[in-house]
Amino acid sequence: MAGQTPLSRRHLLGGLGGLGLLGLAGCAAVATPPASVPAPTLPDMTAMDHGTSMAHTMGNILVGDVDPAINGFDPMTMLTDFDYGKVSTLPSGQTLREYKIFAADKLIQVAPGISFPAWTYNGRVPGPTIRCTEGDRVRITFTNGSAHPHSIHFHGFHAAEMDGVTPVAPGAQTIYEFDAAPFGLHVYHCHVPPFMRHIHKGLYGTFIIDPKTPRPPAHELMMVMNAFDTNFDGANEIYAVNTVGFHFTKHPIPLKVGELVRIYLSNFTEFDPINSFHLHANLFNVYRTGTRMEPSEFTDVITMGQAERHILEFTYDRPGQFMFHAHQSEFNGLGWMGIFEVTADGAASAPFEVAGRLGICQLV
Amino acid sequence: MAQITTPTTADVTAPRRMGAGAVLLALLPLLLLGGLLALLVVTGAGIGARTAPPIEELTIDRISLPANDALVVEVTNGGPDAVTVAQVLVDDNYWDFTISPGPEIPRLGRATIAIPYPWVQDEPHTVVLISSNGVTFEGDVAVVTRSPQSDAATFWRYALLGIYVGFIPVGLGLLWYPFLRRLGRSGMQAVLSLTVGLLIFLLFDTLAEALEIIGTTPGVFGGAPLIFLVALLAFGALIAIGSLGKGRESSKLGIAYRIALGIGLHNLGEGLAIGAAFALGEAALGTFLVIGFTLHNITEGIGIAAPIARERPIWWHFVLLAALAGLPAVLGVWIGGFVYNALLAAIFLALGVGAIAQVVYEVGRLIVRQSQEEGAPLFSPATFGGLAAGIAIMYATALLVAA
Repeated sequence: MAGQTPLSRRHLLGGLGGLGLLGLAGCAAVATPPASVPAPTLPDMTAMDHGTSMAHTMGNILVGDVDPAINGFDPMTMLTDFDYGKVSTLPSGQTLREYKIFAADKLIQVAPGISFPAWTYNGRVPGPTIRCTEGDRVRITFTNGSAHPHSIHFHGFHAAEMDGVTPVAPGAQTIYEFDAAPFGLHVYHCHVPPFMRHIHKGLYGTFIIDPKTPRPPAHELMMVMNAFDTNFDGANEIYAVNTVGFHFTKHPIPLKVGELVRIYLSNFTEFDPINSFHLHANLFNVYRTGTRMEPSEFTDVITMGQAERHILEFTYDRPGQFMFHAHQSEFNGLGWMGIFEVTADGAASAPFEVAGRLGICQLV
Repeated sequence: MAQITTPTTADVTAPRRMGAGAVLLALLPLLLLGGLLALLVVTGAGIGARTAPPIEELTIDRISLPANDALVVEVTNGGPDAVTVAQVLVDDNYWDFTISPGPEIPRLGRATIAIPYPWVQDEPHTVVLISSNGVTFEGDVAVVTRSPQSDAATFWRYALLGIYVGFIPVGLGLLWYPFLRRLGRSGMQAVLSLTVGLLIFLLFDTLAEALEIIGTTPGVFGGAPLIFLVALLAFGALIAIGSLGKGRESSKLGIAYRIALGIGLHNLGEGLAIGAAFALGEAALGTFLVIGFTLHNITEGIGIAAPIARERPIWWHFVLLAALAGLPAVLGVWIGGFVYNALLAAIFLALGVGAIAQVVYEVGRLIVRQSQEEGAPLFSPATFGGLAAGIAIMYATALLVAA
């Protein structure tokens, strides 16, 4: 920054002071719905004309931060929170994995200060990431604790009775049981009409069937691209990965230089026909639906309809901050934006620090 | 009266004394009401507690652009509950913002939101506020250009604007006074009718503007009925003040002053419109708007001078009349430019409607009386022609303003 252009004293002071304070003085200062915020400082904004400010910053952000304690789930821990079930062996020698899933109505925050009356599996959106190996017996006990009938419809092979299209009444329980196949990245969701409402209110999740010969070791991350229509007008107000808009902009995902990263990416955006994933300064291998061991594509943008899902693999060979986001700019502005922070040791910066450094947060 | 001594008769015929008992009787319904309200609040009184989400109603009063990367949004909560502004969108992008006095806006409360957004000259922008319940409120920035600064230079410029559109044209109009003095009786009747015509035009014009502005305010403040009621009360109050003279003929000079007052309130409204237009960057309309208003308002001077054409008031009355009718425009431009408040603006305009209606009534009576004195029909070519000409002149000059 210094040295390229002649600096005025104000410039220098601002630049030096700003670099250290950027993250904290920026968006973090107004973290979590501000009880009282300073009055508009118009003279300051006037002074921030181009050229005199230390760096040109964009303020495209959701002000504040969602405390994971409010929702009872954290978009960050969801990335690596794989549910392998209660494991036992059947007399036949087949592995049995038992899972318990309940539906519940829950008010969640999809953005700082914005509540959304969600329908959830196990109190979270997306629901638990069900993970097993091809050929395992999967037994899911589903209890409907919601005020509305719901079900779980799994993608993959199973008997017609296990298809999850029959509504389960409030208070009732049912068991879905099948042998996991084929290997790949699948999804599950409620299949009770009206589908649009049941999906967009949050009844969906990721279902991973690992191949019998495991994929190479990698840093694995589960991401669901989703969106929320907070005013129920048939269009989304918030876009995100794992529910909370801009969460990974404020809390970058730490990665290590040189490690293989594998993303289990699915799309559960309602109302918009497609969503997409773009990676900065890198390209990824695409394993469509995860049903093959060979990649079908090497690219940096993948566009998906609802319930489409792909495994993406990539490695960063250098440290730095790299964005990932939808390549529909509209969705970026509405919350679907995140950052990978690549370091030698995979250490994470303080919340907001990277966003401030990149000029995403406004300087106050 | 002294003979009536029996208490029974007194009880029947004379009003009872206002003792403590009477006060209690007056308070009884209020006490019962208080009890009922308490019952409703505490128990729901059988109606049941409200379970539906709160109905949120925010009105975006105005959006200004005080700097190259600043949007300032002023909002009023006209809904039944407090509303918390959780996030702010500009053109479908969530954006940093600060809100004062705080994000929770109480019922009928106001808040100012500052957004450091790099707006683009001449390209429309949309601001959306999202409440904590996910409800959205939208406001548009139609004319995108930097709003004038609130400094001494702007203050003086606004004052000049008010003087151009208010004081000067009214003063120029009053200069027709010597000409008016030379008119014959039927000429005078025509000019008075012309005045009524001008005023009737202003009446409808002001009413329409008041209704338009009240339409932008939260409905809880009363909407259109408020305008009619304020106008009616202003009309009644001015009639009552006029009758304080105990049946004496209201003086012609008094009528002139009341016309000036009515026109002054109208010009205050015009000033508000001009000031708000400048403050919101609609100043592109500026010069032509000022020319239009100047031409439009010059005829108002005739209206004020007409009733006193047969009197000989001292010269300073003319200055006062011009000031009363014209200077409120300056006040209007200041208010509109610096602290625009739609509700206040609409109420001022409604007062203007009442004041104008009252002078229409008074000048109308003057014309009727003079017609009767002459035994001439009320609707003669002179009176009706004057009336029609007054309306036509105002209509034609208003076209300049609309452009």
